[in-house]
Amino acid sequence: MAAKKNLIRHTPFVVALFFLVMGFVGVYFQEPSRVMHQAWQVCLSCIGIG
Amino acid sequence: MKVMSLVRKWVQTLFALLVNGSWSFPFTRMIYQGPLKVICSPGLNCYSCPASTTYCPMGALQQLMGGVRMALENGQYFFGLYIVGTLGFVGALVGRLVCGWACPFGLVQELLHKIPSSKFGIPRWTRYIKFAILLFMVVLLPLFAVDQMGIGSPWFCKYLCPAGTLEAGLPLLLMQPSLRETAGWLFLNKFVIMIGFLVWSVLASRPFCRTTCPLGAFYALFSKVKMVKLQLDVERCTNCQACHKVCPMGVRFNESPEDTECISCMACSRTCNFGAINLEVAGLRLGTVTKQKTINQPTV
Repeated sequence: MAAKKNLIRHTPFVVALFFLVMGFVGVYFQEPSRVMHQAWQVCLSCIGIG
Repeated sequence: MKVMSLVRKWVQTLFALLVNGSWSFPFTRMIYQGPLKVICSPGLNCYSCPASTTYCPMGALQQLMGGVRMALENGQYFFGLYIVGTLGFVGALVGRLVCGWACPFGLVQELLHKIPSSKFGIPRWTRYIKFAILLFMVVLLPLFAVDQMGIGSPWFCKYLCPAGTLEAGLPLLLMQPSLRETAGWLFLNKFVIMIGFLVWSVLASRPFCRTTCPLGAFYALFSKVKMVKLQLDVERCTNCQACHKVCPMGVRFNESPEDTECISCMACSRTCNFGAINLEVAGLRLGTVTKQKTINQPTV
């Protein structure tokens, strides 16, 4: 009886690469700066006060 | 194998401290405003929490969705690609393992569940609610339910998120007396929801993760393709259902090994006497973590 082989799944690498590229596109459009400036503010409506 | 359980608690605590690493707020009475806030918190952690050093992906995504029209008018292409890209990358690597190992609010629920009390289950159909919350309250409503200025609200954070009330709302109200005057019915609504989830966490295991968390719903989309996951060896499994009893998420691992609810906490792997549940990385089996060695292996 042939021993079972561990086959490498390639899908996780492809999906990870896809999202990595997506993230870099976001970086290209300078989204991180926008996100950081948002996160520096207290979001009053987010905490139920605004 | 109490060791692995202890390791997980330490990792959870470490992540909670890493994403809430700014402890100058009792003196400054301000939230952290440094460069680390460009980094995504992998778990649910409100970025308005005074100690928070990272941004909450759900909060940031809603803000970007709500402001997409204004951004476009200004020639800025802010569609949330940086946030979704980061989340998707983490999801493709580990999926909901984040919920089990790196989410501060998950840790809070687990600690509350240790309080001695009667324990109850959660109906399986409630797991689908969080997907609707992700779609409607995080994406569609912030995007399309806009005011006269064309700006949408962060619906999930504003009306539902108990983590925001616990980690940010209450501390900020305590720190800044001027804010207390502005707390009205909206805060009361969120406060009641938070109390509801905290009490529910005592009575049932991880109720927020299982029914409501949009971040968990996003990571759940990667349950079939994620790189690191638990794998069932059907030849060793005897269907004894020991894994059913220990799963904090209500997963019946022997029936659905790629269940969207699996947070890879490895409680089932530790309990299985037959070494039927193993950690796997991109198809490569790493080994078996069993309560005892596989001396009771069934003869096939």
